[in-house]
Amino acid sequence: MGSDWASWLGPAEWQAVRLSIRVSFWATLASLPLGIFVAYALARWDFWGKQVLNGIVHLPLILPPVVTGYLLLITFGRRGPVGEFLDAWFGIVLSFRWTGAAVAAAIMAFPLMVRAIRLAIEAVDPKLEAAASTLGASRPWVFATVTLPLILPGIIAGSILAFAKAIGEFGATITFVSNIPGQTQTIPSAIYAFLQVPGGQDSATRLVIIAIIIAMAALLLSEYLARRVAKRVAGS
Amino acid sequence: MSLRIKVQHGFAGFDLDVDIDLPHGVSVLFGPSGSGKTTLINAVAGLLRPDHGRIAVDDWVLLDTTGRRNLAPHRRRIGYIFQDARLFPHLTVRQNLAYGRWFAPRDARVESMDRTVDLLGIGHLLARRPGTLSGGEKQRVAIGRALLSGPRLILADEPLAALDEARKAEILPYFERLRDEVAVPILYVSHASAEVARLATTVVALREGRVIACGPPAQVLGDVGVVGARGAASLLTARVVAHHADGLTELATGAGTLWLPRIGDAAGATLQVRIMAQDVILSRDRPVGLSALNILHGTISDLRLGDGPGAMVTLAVDEDRLSARITRRSVEAMGLAKGQTCHAVIKTVAVAPDDIGTGRPSPPSHD
Repeated sequence: MGSDWASWLGPAEWQAVRLSIRVSFWATLASLPLGIFVAYALARWDFWGKQVLNGIVHLPLILPPVVTGYLLLITFGRRGPVGEFLDAWFGIVLSFRWTGAAVAAAIMAFPLMVRAIRLAIEAVDPKLEAAASTLGASRPWVFATVTLPLILPGIIAGSILAFAKAIGEFGATITFVSNIPGQTQTIPSAIYAFLQVPGGQDSATRLVIIAIIIAMAALLLSEYLARRVAKRVAGS
Repeated sequence: MSLRIKVQHGFAGFDLDVDIDLPHGVSVLFGPSGSGKTTLINAVAGLLRPDHGRIAVDDWVLLDTTGRRNLAPHRRRIGYIFQDARLFPHLTVRQNLAYGRWFAPRDARVESMDRTVDLLGIGHLLARRPGTLSGGEKQRVAIGRALLSGPRLILADEPLAALDEARKAEILPYFERLRDEVAVPILYVSHASAEVARLATTVVALREGRVIACGPPAQVLGDVGVVGARGAASLLTARVVAHHADGLTELATGAGTLWLPRIGDAAGATLQVRIMAQDVILSRDRPVGLSALNILHGTISDLRLGDGPGAMVTLAVDEDRLSARITRRSVEAMGLAKGQTCHAVIKTVAVAPDDIGTGRPSPPSHD
């Protein structure tokens, strides 16, 4: 079975699929804690600059992806202020590396993740949290034992949405980290590259099929998980 | 031993200004909606910070705005029973019950899980989730959850208001058992005088943010200024003598025999019976040939003429007081005056089951 797959996909195509999954996985996982925090802040806290934060979070959804990619390049690129600092102090280089692709994917997927989690938090009755605090739970405990379990369906939905978005990210990625096979060439970049060369159409078609399968599987999985968790959370 | 609450808080509509010192037992905050009851109880729980105030259970200071002490809700050691139960939907009944206990300090006196489950009759629900429980079952679990957190004070905010009459009748006895069997003081919010009559050891009557009366239930519920002439009621202490085949229960009071529709309590039990003043008829001579079964005798201890056509006549009946709401015209025609003996006639069927509560211990005298 595995060898069938291996032979059905060429090595360059395989490389793109594996890279895409790795980039999207880490993009989703690494941005999740920050996503939950920002969603909680937007849903529950009143603070100065809340609308500005909200705007910044949602900006990648509205800006042309190329613009986001360019902004990443001038900040996180080797000569960019943040990129230079990361390189000098931690030896971390993002530009033209798969980690850079993950950063681009994470930023593009972030609004979707935050939106889903924020809706879930807003649906939690603050009265339940107040009840938990009268029973002796401090704020972090209330969050861990009441809020978090109740928003789990939203977290799952947001994560899978972010993962799917990250798989499909093209514009910001190619602008920021280019299109280097094995390093930054994810499925969309690979499809684009194959379409530029004569005879690449078959490879492109196979990758298109893979992309559809991954997207579909992600959606079905999220539906299934969310329904299971929702059932548990509804208390039946 | 007391709960001391001194709170001032300004709202758009009215100011809350309360200064009360409550003995242990069940203290009921009683008043119409908008009188400040829930605000007061939330201030005790720490869910609302009043402008000025000091709240202390014995020497445990929860809030002191002058001393800048304001304990966070989770440090107040309070078991709060909400009107809407607020069980955690993602946890089983057993996990809900254990929730507060997990956070209780090690030295806290926590009721045993088995005893609490028995007391509330929820043993068969432990594995279920709140979503599958009835309103009455949810409220019983909520009571257990509060109790098991090892609280120094239990707060209950109209815990029966969301329930229908049958469910209320199901829950009230559990609060009576809580009062009689658990040593934790209870602060209970209610606007239903039947509930107050059954549960309270002390009643605090609130109106528009002020305390208009504070004292034992027999006194406050008989106060026309608090409950209005139509709501005035008396509490008679009575002992169950026997249950009869015709569906009546015979009770002994200091003023004669009382016949009521059958009561569940066994012979020998001491009960408190609430009798509405407007259900009582007075007669100078012992009446004969009446359908009403209950004829009690007493001495007129108080007689107040109202501004309208009504008058409130109070009889001293053994240790208790029994009020009758009659017309001023009758007072004149009968020539009633303080110190006279008089007969009070009460229809058996005028007393509803929720008017009858188990006898409460009087507030401890050692405070």
